[in-house]
Amino acid sequence: MNLSMRWLSDYIDVSDLSIKEFCSGLTISGSKVERWETEGEEISKVVVGKLLSVVPHENSDHLVVCQVDVGKAGNGEPIQIVTGAPNVKAGDIVPVAMDGSTLPNGIKIKKGKLRGVESNGMLCSLGELGLTTHDFPYAIADGIFIMQQEEGCPELELGMDIKEAIGLNDTSVEFEITSNRPDCLAVIGLARETAATFDRPYTVKEPTYKGIEGDINSMLKVNVQNTDLCSRYIAGVVKNVKIGQSPRWMRERLRASGVRPINNFVDITNYVMLEYGHPMHAFDIRYIKGNEINIRNAKAGETITTLDGTERALTENMLVIADAESPVAVAGVMGGEYSGIMDDTVDVVFESACFDGASVRTTAKALGMRTDASARFEKGIDPQNAYPAIMRAFELVEMLGCGEVVNTIIDADHSDKTPKGVEFNPAWINGFLGTDISEDVMKKCLEKLDFKIENGMAYAPSVRIDIECKADIAEEVARIYGYNNIPKTIIRGVAAAELTEKQKFERKIMNAMTSLGAYEITTYSFISPKYFDKIRLPEDSKLRNTVVITNPLGEDTSVMRTTLIPSMCEVLARNYNNRNASACLFELGNEYLPTGAELPDEPVRLSVGMYGGNRDFYDIKGIVDAMLKNVGVEDFEYEACTDSAVFAEADAFHPGRCAVITKDGKAIGIVGELHPETLENYGIGTKAYAAKINVTEILEVAVATKTYKPLPKFPATTRDLAIVCDEALPVAKLEKAIKKAVGSILETVTLFDVYQGKQIAEGKKSVAYAISMRSHEGTLTDEQADAAVKRVLKELSALGAELRA
Amino acid sequence: MKEQLEKIRQLAEAELAECNSAEALEALRVKYLGKKGELTAILKQMGGLSAEERPVIGQLANEVRKSIEDTLAARTAALKSELAAKKLKEETIDVTLPGKVQSVGKLHPLTAVLNEVKEVFLGMGFEVVEGPEVETDHYCFEALNMPKHHPARDTQDTFYISENVLLRTQTSSVQIRTMENKKPPIRIISPGRVYRSDAVDATHSPLFHQIEGLVIDKGITFADLCGTLELLMQRLYGEDCKIRLRPHHFPYTEPSAEVDIMCFNCHGEGCPMCKNEGYIELLGAGMVHPKVLEGCGIDPEVYSGFAFGIGLERITMGRYEINDMRLLYENDMRFLGQF
Repeated sequence: MNLSMRWLSDYIDVSDLSIKEFCSGLTISGSKVERWETEGEEISKVVVGKLLSVVPHENSDHLVVCQVDVGKAGNGEPIQIVTGAPNVKAGDIVPVAMDGSTLPNGIKIKKGKLRGVESNGMLCSLGELGLTTHDFPYAIADGIFIMQQEEGCPELELGMDIKEAIGLNDTSVEFEITSNRPDCLAVIGLARETAATFDRPYTVKEPTYKGIEGDINSMLKVNVQNTDLCSRYIAGVVKNVKIGQSPRWMRERLRASGVRPINNFVDITNYVMLEYGHPMHAFDIRYIKGNEINIRNAKAGETITTLDGTERALTENMLVIADAESPVAVAGVMGGEYSGIMDDTVDVVFESACFDGASVRTTAKALGMRTDASARFEKGIDPQNAYPAIMRAFELVEMLGCGEVVNTIIDADHSDKTPKGVEFNPAWINGFLGTDISEDVMKKCLEKLDFKIENGMAYAPSVRIDIECKADIAEEVARIYGYNNIPKTIIRGVAAAELTEKQKFERKIMNAMTSLGAYEITTYSFISPKYFDKIRLPEDSKLRNTVVITNPLGEDTSVMRTTLIPSMCEVLARNYNNRNASACLFELGNEYLPTGAELPDEPVRLSVGMYGGNRDFYDIKGIVDAMLKNVGVEDFEYEACTDSAVFAEADAFHPGRCAVITKDGKAIGIVGELHPETLENYGIGTKAYAAKINVTEILEVAVATKTYKPLPKFPATTRDLAIVCDEALPVAKLEKAIKKAVGSILETVTLFDVYQGKQIAEGKKSVAYAISMRSHEGTLTDEQADAAVKRVLKELSALGAELRA
Repeated sequence: MKEQLEKIRQLAEAELAECNSAEALEALRVKYLGKKGELTAILKQMGGLSAEERPVIGQLANEVRKSIEDTLAARTAALKSELAAKKLKEETIDVTLPGKVQSVGKLHPLTAVLNEVKEVFLGMGFEVVEGPEVETDHYCFEALNMPKHHPARDTQDTFYISENVLLRTQTSSVQIRTMENKKPPIRIISPGRVYRSDAVDATHSPLFHQIEGLVIDKGITFADLCGTLELLMQRLYGEDCKIRLRPHHFPYTEPSAEVDIMCFNCHGEGCPMCKNEGYIELLGAGMVHPKVLEGCGIDPEVYSGFAFGIGLERITMGRYEINDMRLLYENDMRFLGQF
C-alpha cells in the first residue's frame, strides 16, 4: 500500500512530524513502512518558462532557437535555449531545465553550444520529468510538455519551481500491510492507525450528494441468488455521464498511490477503493441486457471475455454478475470487456458489493487473474463499508461534475449487522501479557482505535474483521501501549534437556568425519531424475521411484533424492572444475523413500567423497572404517560388490574397486572408486572415490556405551606369518580364517605386507601378518603359540594358502 | 726411577691433551696403563729397590697412575661432549620450513551456527525435536490456523507433492506434532530444512533452514517471550545487544511480533547495512493462537505459550558477513575452509 501524505492530510494533521518520525512511529505500532519517497526529489532548478520566440537554427534544419522568459529565475532577462523538438511555438508555457539543473536518474543539464549556437538549458518533455501522459493526458509523450493552466490548481507563474507548478511534490509512503489488516489498505484506515499511534484526532466526513430525482427500481433489478457468497450488493445509477480526464488533484493522488489514472469514472472507482478500502465496479448500463443484475454461480459451459480481452471458461463454483442472458463480470475479480466504461457511455451503474474472500480467491486463482480488487476481497471486506464507499463515489461524481446521480439506490443487504463483541477482561490481559497495565490505560488504547467498551465487552469497528478473540484484544492493547514497554521476564520453572540418542549419534559421526579431515557439505534435497542416469543406475532401480514435486522450479530440482550420491558427485565435480587440487567431503542428510503410505520414509544417510591428494581406494575405506569404529560399530565386514541387488548404488562404482560393508549379514554401506563413466558424466577428470553409509540402520547396531576392560597383566606373544595364496583370494577371507583358528587368545591380527613378483609363482601373492596373542590367565608358552600357528596353517590350507617357503 | 715416573706423567698428560678421538684415547690408555704399558713396566722394576725406597716409589707410582687415569677420564668426557656438540650442530635444520600438512575437516557454517544455537537452548531446557520434511497440509497449514484459501498462504509459496502432501514451508509442523503427542509443559526447538518456491538468488533459496521454538505451560506470558528472545540474542550476539519488537501477523500466533536486533554496524543510528533503519529484522514470534492450542487438544484457558522462528541462513550470513546465500549450497572447498 502506497500512501499519499497529501491525501492523508485530508483526515489528520501530521504536519508537526518529520517523515522519519511518522514512518518509525507507525512501524512500531504495527504498520510497517518499507520505504518512502518524495516525488521530484531528484529534480532541481527546473522552472516554468514562456517561449517568446522560436526561430530556425542557422546551421541545422531540425533544431530551433528559442528565447525563453523564465521570470525571476532569469533575473528578468530571457534566456536562449536550442531544442530539437518540433512541437514548440512562441507563447507556449514549458518546463525549463536551467544551467546546472538536475533531472531524474541523475541527469545534469549544463549550458553549451549546439552547432555553434549557445544554449543555456533544456526544454523538458514529460518523460524527462519522470512523468507519463497518464499524469497529464493533454500533453504528448514525444515532445516538449506544453503546460496548461488547470482548474483548481495554483496559478502558473514564470520562474516558479516546476514541482510546485505541476504538483510533483507529494511524499509517498510504502507500507507492508499484513494479510489480517485489509482495513489498513486504505487512506482512512491508515489515518485511524496514525491517530492511535500519535494520540491525536482524525476526522472522516460523511459523504453527501445532491442527486436527481429518479426511481432506480424502474431502471434496474438486482437479484442476489447466492447470499452466502455475496452478503451485500449495492447498486446506484449515474445518468448522462461525461467521460473525460480527472482533475489534476485526483490524478496526483492516484499517481502517488501507484495507480495509473485512466478516465474520470475508472479513476473514481480506484480513488474510492484507495480511500475507503472498498473495491468498486462500474458498468455501462447499455450492455446490461434486460436491465437486470443477477449475482449467481456460473453455469456449466459459460464463458466471459474479460476487460483484458481474454475469453475465459467459467465453472459452476465461480460467482458471476450476469445480466438477463450471460455473465458481465466475474464477481470481485474482473469486469467483462463489453460492459465496461467507454468514451460514449451515457448511463453508468456503480457496484459496491461484498463477496466471499475464499470464493474470490479460488476463482481468481483458477482463472489466473489476480487484480487489485480480488486481492482485497480475498483478505475480507467489511459489508458495512459498502454504503459509505458508494456515497463517496456519488460525491466525487458531483464534485467532478461528470454525471447526474439518481437519488435512490438498491441495497441487497444480507450481512450480519450485530456488533461482534469480544470479552474485555483487563486482569486476563495482564496475566496473558505479563504486564500491570491499568484498566483505564487499556480502555484508552482501544478507544483510540475506535473500539467501544461496554459492559465488559469490547466492540471493534466493523472494518476490523480481524478481531475475533481475547488474544486479539490483548494484541491491540499491547501494540498501542507499546510492545517495547512490556517487561522482559524469564520463563519460570526448571527444565532439563539433552539431545536424543539419534542426535548424539549424528554429532559423533560429524565429529569423527571432521577429525578424519573431511569437510561437511550441505546440498539440496531435490534433484533431477536425470541424475540417476548420471550415476548409472539400472532402469529398474528401486531408487528411481521418487517423491515427485508437482510444481518444481525446474527439472533439476523436481524429485526428492533417494540417494545422496548424485549430490556428492556434483559437489566433487564443482570443486574439480573450480580447480581445487583436492577435496575430501561428507554430508549427513535425509533420503526420501516412497513407502506407499501418505508420507515417505526419511532415513538419515552419510555420504563421503574425495579426489586428489594422492588418495586411493584405501584412503576412503580407511576413513569410513575409522568413523564406524569411532561411533561404536564393531565387527563389520567388507565384500567386493558389483551387484545393485546387494547395494542399489553399486553401478555408480568401478566394478573391481567397490566394497559393500555388512554388519551381521546386513548391508550398511558401500565404498569404492567411482566408475569411469560416472566420472565422465560429471566431468571429473581424475579418479574420485565415494561412500554411503546408512546411518539410521547403524544407529541400531552401534555400541552406545563402552565398558572398561582391564589392562593386560601378562605379556603378548607375536608370530609373523608370510602366506602364499591365489592372487584373487580376498585377504578378508585369510583374516577371518586366522581369527577363527587362533580363537580366544587372539589379540590383534595385522596385515603388514602384500607382495607379488620375484620368488612368488605367477598368479599367486604373498601376504604377511603379525599375529599377536595374549591370555589373561598367564604368560603364553611357546608351545601354546606354536599350536595356534599350526591351527592357523591348517585352516588356511583349506583356502589353498600355505606358509611361504 | 722417580724421574722416570715424572717423565711418564708429563708425557702422558701432554699426549692426552692433544688426543682427539676415542680410538687414540684407548691407544694411550693401553700405552700407559695397560698390562704391557709403560707404568706397569716401571712397576715391574720395583723389586730391585731398597726397602726404604719401595714404599716411596710405590706411592709415587700410584699417584702417577691416578693422575693419568683422572686426566684420561676428563679427556674422555670432554671429547664425548665435543662430539655430541658437533653432531647436534650437524643436525641443525631450517625450522622456518613449513610443517607437514595435517588436515582436520570442518563443519559446514550452517551446522556450526546451528550447533551453537542448540547449545544455548539446551542450556535453557529446550529439547531438540525433528519431524518429516515431506509433510501433510494439515501439519503445515491447517493445524496452524491456515485453512485452505487462507490469504497468508500466499506468503509461503509451496511445493506440492499431491493435493494433500507438500514440502513443509516451516518447521512449525513439528510443533503441532509435538503438542499432539505430549502434554505441557513443553519446551522445544525444531530445527530443519524448509522449502519455498523461490528462485535462487543472493538472498533466496528454494531450500533453507529454520529453527522454531515452542514453550507451553501454565502462566506463560508475552513478557516471557520478550525476555527469552532477548536472552537468546544476548547469548548469540553478546551481552550488549538490544532487540526491538514490532507488531506483525502470523495466523498461528496472537499477539504476533517481528523482532529486530539493533544494527551491529551503526548501533541504531542508521547506516547502509541496516537500510538506514538502525535495526535488522531477525525473526518472527508470538503467543500461540488459542485455536492452534485447541486443535491440539490443549485447553487455552489453562495453558498458554509462545512460539518463534529464526532463519538459520540469516544468522549464519550475518555472523560471517557472507553476502550471497548461494555460496552456502555450492560447497566450494575454498569457501568451506574459511570457517
